[in-house]
Amino acid sequence: MKAIIHIGLKPGVLDPQGRTIARSLAHMGFDQVTAARQGKTIELDLKGDDQAAAEIQVKDMCEKLLANTVIEDYRFEIVGQD
Amino acid sequence: MSSKVKITPQIVAEHGLSESEYELICERLGRTPNINELGIFSVMWSEHCSYKSSRRHLGKLLTKGERVIQGPGENAGVIDIDDGDVIIFKMESHNHPSYIEPYQGAATGVGGIMRDVFTMGARPIANLNALRFGEPDHPKTKTLVAGVVHGIGGYGNCVGVPTVGGETNFDKGYNGNILVNAMCVGHARADKVFYSAAKGVGNPIFYVGSKTGRDGIHGATMASAEFDDDSDEKRPTVQVGDPFTEKLLIEACLELMATDVIIAIQDMGAAGLTSSAIEMADKGGVGVHMNLDKVPQRERNMTPYEMMLSESQERMLMVLKPGQEHIAIEIFEKWDLDVAEVGKTTDTGRLVLTHKKKKVCDIPIAPLADDAPNLDRPFTAPAKREILAHDPMFDPVERGSSYNSVLEALLTSPDICSKRWIWEQYDRTVLSDTVDSSQSGGDAAIVRVHGTNKAVAITTDCTPRYCLADPFEGGKQAVAETWRNLTCVGAEPIAITDCLNFGNPERPEIMGQFVYAINGMNEACRALDYPVVSGNVSLYNETNGQAIPPTPAIGGVGLIKDLQKFKSITGAKEGDTLILIGASQGWIGASLFAQIILGFGRDGKPVYAPPPVDLDAEKANGDYVRRLIRDRRVNAVHDLSDGGLAIAAVEMAFANKMGFSLDAQNDLPNYAWLFGEDQGRYLIAVEKYSVNPVISTAHSKGIPAQKIGTVGGAKLIAAGGFDISLNDAHMKYENWLPDYMAS
Amino acid sequence: MKSAVIVFPASNCDRDAADALAKITGRDPLMVWHEETTLPPVDFVVIPGGFSYGDYLRSGAIAARSPIVQDIVRKAGNGLPVAGFCNGFQILTESGLLPGALMRNKGLRFVCRPQKLKIINKTSMFTKAYKDQTEITVPIAHFDGNYFADGETLNRLKKNGQIVFKYDGNPNGSVNDIAGICNEAGNVLGMMPHPERAVDPMHGGTDGIPFFKSVLESLR
Repeated sequence: MKAIIHIGLKPGVLDPQGRTIARSLAHMGFDQVTAARQGKTIELDLKGDDQAAAEIQVKDMCEKLLANTVIEDYRFEIVGQD
Repeated sequence: MSSKVKITPQIVAEHGLSESEYELICERLGRTPNINELGIFSVMWSEHCSYKSSRRHLGKLLTKGERVIQGPGENAGVIDIDDGDVIIFKMESHNHPSYIEPYQGAATGVGGIMRDVFTMGARPIANLNALRFGEPDHPKTKTLVAGVVHGIGGYGNCVGVPTVGGETNFDKGYNGNILVNAMCVGHARADKVFYSAAKGVGNPIFYVGSKTGRDGIHGATMASAEFDDDSDEKRPTVQVGDPFTEKLLIEACLELMATDVIIAIQDMGAAGLTSSAIEMADKGGVGVHMNLDKVPQRERNMTPYEMMLSESQERMLMVLKPGQEHIAIEIFEKWDLDVAEVGKTTDTGRLVLTHKKKKVCDIPIAPLADDAPNLDRPFTAPAKREILAHDPMFDPVERGSSYNSVLEALLTSPDICSKRWIWEQYDRTVLSDTVDSSQSGGDAAIVRVHGTNKAVAITTDCTPRYCLADPFEGGKQAVAETWRNLTCVGAEPIAITDCLNFGNPERPEIMGQFVYAINGMNEACRALDYPVVSGNVSLYNETNGQAIPPTPAIGGVGLIKDLQKFKSITGAKEGDTLILIGASQGWIGASLFAQIILGFGRDGKPVYAPPPVDLDAEKANGDYVRRLIRDRRVNAVHDLSDGGLAIAAVEMAFANKMGFSLDAQNDLPNYAWLFGEDQGRYLIAVEKYSVNPVISTAHSKGIPAQKIGTVGGAKLIAAGGFDISLNDAHMKYENWLPDYMAS
Repeated sequence: MKSAVIVFPASNCDRDAADALAKITGRDPLMVWHEETTLPPVDFVVIPGGFSYGDYLRSGAIAARSPIVQDIVRKAGNGLPVAGFCNGFQILTESGLLPGALMRNKGLRFVCRPQKLKIINKTSMFTKAYKDQTEITVPIAHFDGNYFADGETLNRLKKNGQIVFKYDGNPNGSVNDIAGICNEAGNVLGMMPHPERAVDPMHGGTDGIPFFKSVLESLR
């Protein structure tokens, strides 16, 4: 299985990288962009096939290491290997 | 590529080998090579690894000196700085990768040069870099500047080595080919220097560091090829640097080097495992047998070809004493680095590789080095330039401008303006031994040798304008200017490293630039007793047939024996007298004034002869300045270069936050006096009571010296010239680059 | 006074911290490898600057989860004095010993320069020896020094006198110009500037000396 985790700054936190990205796109002519947020994606390869158990584990990993919950939010999905 | 690929003339050509080179290979092997063997010959005989176009000319350079322990031929040069301490240093280019992927190209350039230094047992203590970018208006320049600076900082800061100096130029000639030359200086004890000769038979060969991937295969051949419009497609060949692993590698290697276990060690740079294994074996006079199954691999199903040619970063190859392997393994496992025994030295003199129980390569090692092409490329003498004579029409006022405007134009020119935007992104103070860096605006960085009262002075320099006008004088000048820079801080100049960046050597006029530049460098090295101990050549810096200006970048290192007795550009006092050491003829040919204000050397206007370097005068003037520093006769010192006296005085004013007033003079037209770039000159600030002794002693030695002005006030004043507020000028000087990068 | 410096993979400033401690306390500190599970008996711990784990994932995130930091958290809870500089500050926030978080500099560039600081809390065990001096200059060198804490945390920090240093000329966008803070009990301090690089007139100035002297005197 794979866990695909998205980590991003919490809504109230200033994101200068996101702001710079939005401005650069606007300068390039993509005027439909009104805002941008930058985060990161972490992919984990997991053993076994028990999706429910994996979800509990991955949530624990996010809480304990992968996200800094003071300033970051996270969401994830578990997908089967092709 | 699988070992079974059939060798065709097209494949030979794609490997950058000529027909005659291929025939020689077949002759030496007694058969046709397989694809692995062909790949190995092609990288070892590439320009980058074999120096085929440059070797015979480099051989002319002075490489020996009283303090030289190891000259060119090893991973880096080694010089003695007393008390059992040595300094190990080198400069290297990473030009082509930086153009394609500026962050990683620059980052891996820094990583690579550091490995060349610590592989010899030195802890890296300072990094510098010499950067050349295209003109500011060129669409790629800003992105390249941002990426390169970000990459140098990203790698150097993470590894924890201070980046203390360097230089940055902008010129249209680099529009299609930027230059990123990275220099590293390290400190070791003389009895703990490690070399690469793998002596002894039956000794285990160990691989340590990151796993091998498919990065940069044929990076060596990319460095040996010009760019054309398809270059962006070459992106997959640029490697990604991992400074974290490099830092672990430094600590682990130094820890192992403190034991007695290593016989030979070399880092894996261009042409990776191939060049390190072959060079170590060739120097040691042994053969090598490697089992490629043991090579730590990052990707699945890697072929022998890929493993041998991969340029994955942060890897070292070492030969250990048999029976002691466990010591090495323990240390590398502690630092979480991959370590594996991959082979043994043999007495066959051959490189034998096995993979999945089959022999996939079996070639004699000697021809790889001995038969490497050593070309005698035809060259033509560079054009002779006329001397630019003075002309009343060159005076700013005659041109409808003013001295104030001219000064401002020079201060805000990309070459002269403040580079704070760049060096503030580099950690200059980690390791707490940086006594002076780019921060002061001084002429050389000063880094203390840890735990002692002495320091190394380090600088990089080259004036490509001069080299384009006259490669011989330009090469001479580059060496002389680094010598001057070191002298300015009171250091004894010891030796240089060079990074020779040129265009396509297959063109006789480019080859001529190369040959003449080396001849010029050599003359300076010999007159100043200032040898070359290491270096690098980067050729084919051309795009669509347009070459870069010849750019022999020089990195100079000197010794400050007593840190109580060094000087810098700072330290001037209000009321000090400004004295100019050295002769002034008002030479404006190839000067910044001529280029920026008069437009010469641009847009088809003629190029004029650069200021000649009188090596006897350089030596006499410099030795005198060094003596004044040692005798504590000066408060501040700065040598004159781009922009001449005016810019040197202004830079000193900015550094000390104090204005100056230059006296009137009648010997030269004012613009020539203020902006001429005569060589061998120093601006010194001395206490009033020292003026007469300093000048009379200089004269008694036949050294030109004259009082030219006074330090103080809030303005920058040159009689008959400019009169401008210090703060206004400083603001403009500081703002050009950040404004440009933010626009 | 016995001190210790914790060493993580790629802590670059451990030697600087050790030299400063040796110089001012007169005693070489113990260098403690991150894999140790128990801190040896010492009076003061420094978590040095650098790029532990390459700053990968987040600065200080992985180091904060190491065995030795778990022990430091326990001992700090019992009053052990701990100071974290730069990456050390990041590790202290990641470990929960200090509130808030350090984010990417607002200007999105690494900044290295001598930095003016104001001493806000003059009575802490880390600042007492500055006496009447309220402005100092200490080198900074960081990419992720932008201190963030939510409104409620900030109020608490202010009320309890936990803000120890503020920037005079904010280099990175830190909220309220915060350069260094301590915990409520006052025994744990984190700061982005490098006082260990300011103990030598030849390098960085000497405004870092009273910092270490304060700790030394407080522990007498």
